[in-house]
Amino acid sequence: MIYQNSKPLLEVRGLRATVNGIEILKGIDLTVRSGEVHAIMGTNGSGKSTFAKVLAGHSAYEVTGGTVMFEGKNLFELAPEERARAGVFLAFQYPIEIPGVANNQFLRLTYNTVQAQRGKDELDPLEFDDFVREKMKMLEMSPDFLDRSVNAGFSGGEKKRNEILQMALLEPRLAILDETDSGLDIDALRIVANGVNQLATKDNAIILVTHYQRLLNYIVPDYVHVMESGRIIKTGGKQLALDLETHGYDWVSIEQRAAAGA
Amino acid sequence: MSAVLQNLVNQPYKHGFVTEIESDVAPKGLNEDTIRMISAKKNEPEWLLEFRLKAYQQWLTMEEPQWPNVKYPKIDFQAISYYSAPKPRKKLGSMDEVDPELLRTFEKLGVPMHERAALAGVAVDVIFDSVSVATTYKQKLAEVGIIFGSISEAVHTHPDLVKQYLGTVVPVGDNYYATLNSAVFTDGSFCFIPKGVKCPMDLSTYFRINTEASGQFERTLIIAEEGASVSYLEGCTAPRFDTNQLHAAVVELVALDNADIKYSTVQNWYAGDENGIGGIFNFVTKRGLAKGINSRISWTQVETGSAITWKYPSCVLQGDNSVGEFYSVAVTNNHQQADTGTKMIHIGKNTRSTIVSKGISAGHSNNSYRGLVRIAPTAAGARNYSQCDSMLIGDQCSASTFPYIQVRNNSAIVEHEASTSKIGEDQLFYFAQRGIGNEEAVSMIINGFCKDVFQQLPMEFAVEATKLLGFKLEGSVG
Repeated sequence: MIYQNSKPLLEVRGLRATVNGIEILKGIDLTVRSGEVHAIMGTNGSGKSTFAKVLAGHSAYEVTGGTVMFEGKNLFELAPEERARAGVFLAFQYPIEIPGVANNQFLRLTYNTVQAQRGKDELDPLEFDDFVREKMKMLEMSPDFLDRSVNAGFSGGEKKRNEILQMALLEPRLAILDETDSGLDIDALRIVANGVNQLATKDNAIILVTHYQRLLNYIVPDYVHVMESGRIIKTGGKQLALDLETHGYDWVSIEQRAAAGA
Repeated sequence: MSAVLQNLVNQPYKHGFVTEIESDVAPKGLNEDTIRMISAKKNEPEWLLEFRLKAYQQWLTMEEPQWPNVKYPKIDFQAISYYSAPKPRKKLGSMDEVDPELLRTFEKLGVPMHERAALAGVAVDVIFDSVSVATTYKQKLAEVGIIFGSISEAVHTHPDLVKQYLGTVVPVGDNYYATLNSAVFTDGSFCFIPKGVKCPMDLSTYFRINTEASGQFERTLIIAEEGASVSYLEGCTAPRFDTNQLHAAVVELVALDNADIKYSTVQNWYAGDENGIGGIFNFVTKRGLAKGINSRISWTQVETGSAITWKYPSCVLQGDNSVGEFYSVAVTNNHQQADTGTKMIHIGKNTRSTIVSKGISAGHSNNSYRGLVRIAPTAAGARNYSQCDSMLIGDQCSASTFPYIQVRNNSAIVEHEASTSKIGEDQLFYFAQRGIGNEEAVSMIINGFCKDVFQQLPMEFAVEATKLLGFKLEGSVG
C-alpha cells in the first residue's frame, strides 16, 4: 500500500552489473518505500533474477556501476550475511538443498542470528518449536518439514513454502520474492500468496519478481515495472500487469521503441 | 570461493605448546640394547623381554608397507628416541604427588587429573611421552573388580592376565609397525572387566607426546570377560614441532561371550603446518577380537590431526552372532594425508558388521577410505552394511575409496554404498542470505554430514568433536 510521507527503504540509482564479464544490468533506477509492494515483470533473460541476486550479494555477479542505498546505508558495503541481518530477504527462485542439516536446526539458527542482530531474545529449541509450528499453520505446512533436511527432496511447492516460512520467521524490512509463483499449483499459490499478504505491513516492503500476472491477482502490487535488457522500460500501477497479460511483453517494447524513435 | 574456504579450514593448532619438564630421554637409535634398556627401566619379567626381542628380530626382516595411498620420506628409525619419561620427584602414591607442571599441562588440555574435576564420572589414565603418569578412580573401579591402569604396572600386578592376552589379537609379526611396537612399546593402558560386570563409568586414556624427535609406542589391552561391558575413550595431542614424530601404537581388544566393548577415539595430534612441515605420523594397529558368542566390538573414531594417518581399527568376528561396528569421521586439511578404514573379518555364524565412514577433505589434502569385508566359509548368514561418504571442500583436495570385499559363503549378504559431495557456493550463499556466515554454515553442513558418527560418541566426546571440527575447518570455505 502507498503511504503518504513514508520513508524510502531502497534507492537504486544507475545500477549496472555483470556476470562472467557480460553486462546484464544496464542502469536500473528504482525507489521502494515502506509499505509498498512492487512487481518486476519481464521475459526470461531480461535481468529480473540478476537484479534480485545482486541486491542479496551473490558473489557470481559483479557490480560495475551505480549505487544502492538501503535505509540510508550503502548496501554494497555489507557482506551478504550482513544484508540479511539488516533485513534484506531473498526468497530463492530455486531454493538450495542442504542434505544432512535438519530444517528445524537451520530455521532456529537463522532466526536467532537475526534476533540477536536486532537485540531481541533468542529462543531455545523448545520455545522455537512452538513458535515455528504456529507460523507453519499459516502456510498449511505439515510438521514433518521440521525434521527433514533443508529443502532436500522437497517438491517445488514445498520448497517455496519453506522460503515464505523463513520470511515469516525473519520479518525482513525488504522481501524480494524471486519467481515464488513458478512451479506452484493453484492451491499452493493461494496459500503462499495469503502468507505473503499476512506478512505485509506498513513498515516493510515487498518486491515480487515474476513472469506472470496470475500471482498479482493474489498479491496486489502498488507499482508494476517492466524490465527488458537490463533496464526498467516502463512503470505503472496494477493495471499495467493486466495490460501485459492481454498484449504481451512485445507491446511494451514496441511502444518504447516507438517513443524513442519519435 | 577458495579464499573463504581456505580461511575456514586454517585454524591454528591449540595444543602445540611444549611442557618444560625434566625428562629422562633415551639416546636416539634402535638396537637390542635399546630394547633391553626399556625392559630394564620397567623392571620387566624375562618373558616380556623375550617377547620384545623376538618382535625386534622379526621386524628386522620386514619391509615398510608401500600400499597405503600416502607419501612421505623414508623414516630413519635410528633418529628416534624410544624412551622419554618425565622424571618423577618421588614415587607416585597419589594424584597429589604428580608434578604440578604435568597437572598444569593436562589442565590446559582440558584433561582433569583430579578426580573431583569437571569430567567427573570418567576414569582417566594419562600417558605422557612413554609413561603413564596417573590414573584416576582406580580404587573405585577396583571395588567392582575392574583393573584399570598402565600396562607397565599390570605386568607386575597381573602378569598372568597380560601374558595370557598380549599379542593374541595383534600377533608379534602382524605388520611392520605393530611388530616395531611389540619390540619397543613403552606404556599404555590396561583394562580388565571381569565376568558379568558392567563398567560403571567411561574409561579414558589421554596420550600426549611432548619430547621432540621421540616416538610414542603405546600398547593398550582391554579385556571384557563373559557378559562384561565397557566404554573406553581415547584422546591425543602433541606439541608443534617442525620434525615429524612417529606414533605407532597397538590396541588389542578381547570380548568373550556376551561381552561388549565400545572404543571411541578423538585424535587431534599435531598435523603439521599449512605447508605440510612437521606433524605426527600416526601408524596405528587397532584390532578387536569378538571371541565369544553374541559379543560386540564397536569402534568410533574422529580423526582430525596427524600429518599422516594410517589406521584400520578392525573386528575379528569369531563368536557366533557377534557384532562389529566401525563409525569414522576423518578430516584432512592443508597437506594432511589419511589412509584409514577398517577390516571386518567374519568367521562365526550370523555375524554382523556395520561400517559408516565419513571423509572430509580440504586444502591440498588427500583422504582415502580403505576397508576390507571378508566373509569366511564358516560364516553362514553373515551380514555387512558399509557406507562410505566423502565430502570435498575446495578444489585442491582429493578423496578416494578402496573397498575390498571377499565373500566365501553363499548365505552372506554384503552391501556397500558410497557417495561424494561438495560444499557448494550456492549452499553458502543460501546460508548467508539467511544471516549465517560461512564458518557457521560449513560447520553446520559438516556436522550434518557427520551426524551418524557423532551420535555414536559419548556425550562429552561428541561436544568436543563438534568443536574440534569447527576449528579444523575454519577458513576453508570461500
